[in-house]
Amino acid sequence: MDTYAWMVRFAELVSADAERLTRLDSAIGDGDHGSNLDRGMRAAAEALSADLPPGKVLMTAGRTLVSKTGGASGPLYGTALRRAGKALGDASEVGAAELGAALRAALEGVQELGKAEEGDKTMVDALAPAVTAYEAAAGEGLATAARAALDAAEKGAEATVPLQARKGRASYLGPRSVGHQDPGAASTVLLFRALAETAASS
Amino acid sequence: MKKLIDAVDDVVLDAMRGMAAAHPSLRVDLEQRVIVRSDAPRTGKVGLVSGGGSGHEPLHGGFVGYGMLDAACPGEVFTSPVPDQILAATTAVSGGAGVVHIVKNYTGDVLNFQMAAELAEDEDIEVVPVVIDDDVAVQDSTFTAGRRGTGATVFAEKIAGALAESGGALADVAGVAKEVNERSRSFGVALTACTVPAAGRPTFELGEDEIELGIGIHGEPGRERVRLRTATEIVDAALSAIDEDMPLSGSEVLVMVNGMGGTPLMELYGAYAAAEKWLAGHGATVSRRLVGNYVTSLEMAGCMISVCRLTPRLTELWDAPVETPGLRWGR
Repeated sequence: MDTYAWMVRFAELVSADAERLTRLDSAIGDGDHGSNLDRGMRAAAEALSADLPPGKVLMTAGRTLVSKTGGASGPLYGTALRRAGKALGDASEVGAAELGAALRAALEGVQELGKAEEGDKTMVDALAPAVTAYEAAAGEGLATAARAALDAAEKGAEATVPLQARKGRASYLGPRSVGHQDPGAASTVLLFRALAETAASS
Repeated sequence: MKKLIDAVDDVVLDAMRGMAAAHPSLRVDLEQRVIVRSDAPRTGKVGLVSGGGSGHEPLHGGFVGYGMLDAACPGEVFTSPVPDQILAATTAVSGGAGVVHIVKNYTGDVLNFQMAAELAEDEDIEVVPVVIDDDVAVQDSTFTAGRRGTGATVFAEKIAGALAESGGALADVAGVAKEVNERSRSFGVALTACTVPAAGRPTFELGEDEIELGIGIHGEPGRERVRLRTATEIVDAALSAIDEDMPLSGSEVLVMVNGMGGTPLMELYGAYAAAEKWLAGHGATVSRRLVGNYVTSLEMAGCMISVCRLTPRLTELWDAPVETPGLRWGR
């Protein structure tokens, strides 16, 4: 698994979709998710190089996100990537099983920091089912597992639309948060789309 | 929307340059993006650090100085500062007695301060965070992000700052800030929305004859949208919401009628008169007051009313000398 290619692709997808993410955030947040994550991921992609070990790539991306993004998405995505990178350790090759453990560590990091559960209308609603689906399919290889994770993330993000937010700035709206997709769940789909594309081409 | 700016991307940095030029008593680090008291760090003194998105001035940079904050870290407009910034501020004011972080309860602020506290602990600086959540417009629940931090932040920074200045220990400084938060409530009303420079359009739409009750300090929508009413009726709505949550009868209180940035002082004083009358009519005694723009939301019109139920000790700390760009008395 080429984690460098994954992160670069994630940055590209966020950049291309920044406006849509910001629009989703304008409806139920403060309208800056796309521009913030784009700023952070641009900086992260710049800080990376292809010759870093896979774990180090994710840790560097995470550390840069934390330093450059601000808001809630910086610490949350930053922690996810740092934890994933830490789980990979110094290994020079990453297979399907190792990546599964890294994704699980990322989810745990996000939940530890953000205290969100599934159903709170946050990024966890896309991340948690994606990790579970990945693990279930990991025996069939990286590309298949990554594809399964993407499908689950998409379904999870779509399922946030009817939910009432219980975490984050959208929770201040109470019932008025219903009917909108959570922007963090939407950007999490991009993380898995980047993973699926990278895994399929490797 | 017209803005008195040079370039959208430089708004925060230009404001910091201006703070540095206008207030030589402050040390402004444009690289790290922190505003620090010029005499920091002082050995043995508990440091007091706050920060948050820009656009709320004078909060927080305007409250750095004698008897209040030791440092502030301004983030991008309405975006929390990043951990590196908060760590730089924490390190700059650490005099060996620990540092208190005053954090407004917004997810981004809470997370970034939490990460900064962990980094500070790696450098052997003991950090105690105090989260301010005084906004009664948000229904509190253990299943949500909880209430927002708003006007009571000014009370907590002033009172904890006074205790830190007089040599209070880390646990006591944090404790008094928590006590102020527990004894304070706020409720805000918007007459207009505001425009984040980078966005270029208002954060929400309000009709000519509409107002939004229960707003937060980022222009985020509030509890309910109603028709424009008189200042007396708006003050009644705000104080009734506060009184319902924290009964005020029989209390001696500190009251702030805070402008959101776009409402003339003349109107704020009118609202203050209504507030003092309301409180007297509901059995509360106003013993300290603040009228003006202290926690703003860019150029939003409207006001926020904050009330703190005082104790003799809190009153004494409120009265203690303070010398900052935004608040100064007794020195």
